[in-house]
Amino acid sequence: MSSQTGPDENVSDDENLPAAQEESHGAEVVEADPFADPGLPPHEHRIQDIDERAAKRSERTVALLFTLSMLATVGFIASFVAFPIDEIIYVWPLGHISSLNLALGLTLGVALFCIGAGAVHWARTLMSDEEMVDERHPVAASPEVREKVISDFKQGAKESALGRRKLIRNTMFGAVALVPLSGIVLLRDLGPLPKDKLRHTAWKKGKLLVNENTNEPLRPEDIAVGSLTFAKPEGLEEEDHHFQEEIAKAALMIVRLEPNDIKDKRELDWSHEGIVAFSKICTHVGCPVSLYEQQTHHVLCPCHQSTFDLTDGARVLFGPAGHPLPQLNISVNKDGYLEAQGDFAEPVGPAFWERG
Amino acid sequence: MSTATETRGSAAAEGKKKAPAGERVADWADGRLGIYSLAKANMRKIFPDHWSFMLGEVALYSFIIIILTGVYLTLFFHPSMNEVEYHGPYTPMQGVQMSEAFKSTLDISFDVRGGLLVRQIHHWAALIFLAAMFVHMMRVFFTGAFRKPREINWVFGFLLFVLGMFTGFTGYSLPDDLLSGTGVRFMEGAVLSVPIVGTYLSMFLFGGEFPGDDFVARFYSIHILVLPGIMLGLLVAHLILVFYHKHTQFAGPGRKNSNVVGMPLLPVYMAKAGGFFFLVFGVIAAIAALFTINPIWVLGPYRPDQVSTNAQPDWYMGFSEGLVRVMPGWEVDFLGHTLVLGVAIPLMILFPLVLVAIAVYPFIEAWVTGDKREHHIADRPRNAPTRTAFGAAWISWYFVCLVGGGNDLWATHFHLSINAITWFVRIAFFVLPVLVFWVTRRICLGLQRKDREKVLHGRETGTIKRLPHGEFVEIHEPLSQEQLHTLTAHDQYEPVEIGPLKDENGVERKVSRGQKLRAKLSKGYYGESGQIPKPTREEYHELESGHH
Ligand code: HEM
Ligand code: FES
Repeated sequence: MSSQTGPDENVSDDENLPAAQEESHGAEVVEADPFADPGLPPHEHRIQDIDERAAKRSERTVALLFTLSMLATVGFIASFVAFPIDEIIYVWPLGHISSLNLALGLTLGVALFCIGAGAVHWARTLMSDEEMVDERHPVAASPEVREKVISDFKQGAKESALGRRKLIRNTMFGAVALVPLSGIVLLRDLGPLPKDKLRHTAWKKGKLLVNENTNEPLRPEDIAVGSLTFAKPEGLEEEDHHFQEEIAKAALMIVRLEPNDIKDKRELDWSHEGIVAFSKICTHVGCPVSLYEQQTHHVLCPCHQSTFDLTDGARVLFGPAGHPLPQLNISVNKDGYLEAQGDFAEPVGPAFWERG
Repeated sequence: MSTATETRGSAAAEGKKKAPAGERVADWADGRLGIYSLAKANMRKIFPDHWSFMLGEVALYSFIIIILTGVYLTLFFHPSMNEVEYHGPYTPMQGVQMSEAFKSTLDISFDVRGGLLVRQIHHWAALIFLAAMFVHMMRVFFTGAFRKPREINWVFGFLLFVLGMFTGFTGYSLPDDLLSGTGVRFMEGAVLSVPIVGTYLSMFLFGGEFPGDDFVARFYSIHILVLPGIMLGLLVAHLILVFYHKHTQFAGPGRKNSNVVGMPLLPVYMAKAGGFFFLVFGVIAAIAALFTINPIWVLGPYRPDQVSTNAQPDWYMGFSEGLVRVMPGWEVDFLGHTLVLGVAIPLMILFPLVLVAIAVYPFIEAWVTGDKREHHIADRPRNAPTRTAFGAAWISWYFVCLVGGGNDLWATHFHLSINAITWFVRIAFFVLPVLVFWVTRRICLGLQRKDREKVLHGRETGTIKRLPHGEFVEIHEPLSQEQLHTLTAHDQYEPVEIGPLKDENGVERKVSRGQKLRAKLSKGYYGESGQIPKPTREEYHELESGHH
């Protein structure tokens, strides 16, 4: 039975299994059975096996490859010393690249490749290519070994008295089950509890809207029609310790619309002369929304293409986002600067369980 | 043992010549480690040769390359999110505020000679590592090499692939650049979508609010220690099992289920495999020299309110990206809570589902066939039409998701609308696998039919003969014994039967639902529509005698 090396564990189920291939038993069987295995074909000699000159040629090729590798390593060291680290060259079609990187990479590549090519060529042309046969042995143990192991185990289990002394067993399971709890408890200080952190941003009543680029407070006349202006709350500076966390929630985008174009009543109430301010953080998974289509007043998130309609409460028009971008209620203070009327009314960014 | 050493020693003394130094070292080691017994079994172990066996080797070697370059990178990389101002050699970033992680990555690229090369090799090797694992896995799948006794090794390999994805993800998040930061934000959004505990998980992962000061350091220990450590363990176990089970081989003259035919480990296989390591390393080094990957200096440091267009993850994360992109944005609000189905379904249900579908297949097939025997002969894909069709369908599923992940690229390169692509992917996600399954099975059956023809009627020679009555026929040349054997060596199962539902006495037999399902599946696999019966000896002889 050639296709069955393992012991037959499953006698009852066997009817649907294919009949095993028979082994060939010499020439008579081959006569009778056209499909029988004729056995390994005889080994055919390569030119290198017969012709010493061909073998010598192979030897020279291999040696040449190894020599090339040595030269390339010398080239690598030379490049390391010779090329300045900041030299950028133009190589068609690769573009502008670092000459040092190019030289090091290519010399290293050649040095390694030639070792590999030499070894493989050596193996293919000069080492014996006569195929050999190993027999396989079933993975599963013989029934005797199996018997022995099982009875040894039973003996061991019996001697431990684990089955008989239930009290030991149960308390041991209990102890081993409880002890990992300490490990879990230790993880507690990985971070604070969420509390209402995700509900608040740095915006507060009276905070000025500061232009991201110029770092100057914005006035209505700074907001041009057809462009997207990015703003942050007054007092939040790049050097601040929590700048990244704060800007991750507070980032704002501002556009100027025709007040008549605004379809949503609340949006109109929270605008100033058609200037509306929305959270820049996509409500899908939090990328900054940044592509603005002037004609339609749609904004697009570059990550998964969620599209929001800024004339209609930043409603989702397309894409995987699940709810509109939150709007910030703004007005103008007595000095003529845009200011917030309070924080966002709802959490910004991706939705979460407690968002409600 | 001691007698053996003594004899060896006295033999050397008698000869008055010491054994060569190499042998003496080996003797010394054998006395302590027993290396001769190990070598006896393994030094001339036979390895069969097939080009597709190299795929796993590519994966192995790129892993080694990753470790070598990774260790080098740890010498220069600072896994810290402290904000610093840049005053290094790269002028466009002068005075820019950035994390130390980003700065040290800039330094590796512009201040450390060869650092850029090592970074690029590390990243390219990661891409190739995952691609090689993927293709290797498909090779194992389509040849049925996952069957007993290799199921556990299939699972090990699968885990390596999945862990590799996450190691790659944590790795490219380390430089804290604009692109990878966007990926991490994506991850935060995904974590937040977990019902009930999402916000807690997010706070614990980031040590507070996103992005916080901790995630680079935490990802760092996961990236260089936890995941590679587990992977190294799995890899060693994987290789030990490959060694122990020995490779599969394709059927052919002299190649049976009970043997293994090929070249000995020493010297041929060692030279070829060892040489191949250098070939792979050499090619990756050259790629790293020529093609820039992840130019973080173009992207700039991460700021949560900025983004680069064409935000794309590395390819192996692309299919999860696709799932997220085409999913409708469902959110269910109830009782003051929100179920973020639009994110949770693709990432917590579909993403594992796609992966697990391929992982559990071997166990399903084993259950359907009920075959408990060892299999060492690799199947030709055509001879397992249903399996092959399932595999092809799975690949199409995976690639549909990948297309979805690159929907913006498809849109801009082929001038398609994003909307059209999204709908294509949504529909194709359900329809394409079914279609591919059906077509692949037909193709396999067609190929089986062709093999059968070939066995029974010989090979088409292309020579046309005119018969006396004017008809033209093509001359067929009978196959050699070798070819006949090779084309008929595969096993063919018969469908399992549940048998009559009533026994002789008319009493209802209990047939579980599982048994019924199994019979149905088995019929689909091995019934008339599932495979073309291979020619029997009788058929062959009958035709033979007819010809003469
Ligand atoms: C299977 C394993 C691994 C994969 C798939 C992988 C993948 C990656 C990737 C894609 C990057 C980003 C590189 C870039 O473009 O900047 C990276 C960075 C890094 N990896 Fe790995 N890696 C693996 C294992 C390791 C190991 C074992 C180490 C160290 C012992 C390591 C050390 C590093 C370091 C220090 C960085 C940051 C440096 C930088 O980004 O330039 N990696 N890894
Ligand atoms: S984060 Fe904006 S669409 Fe996904």
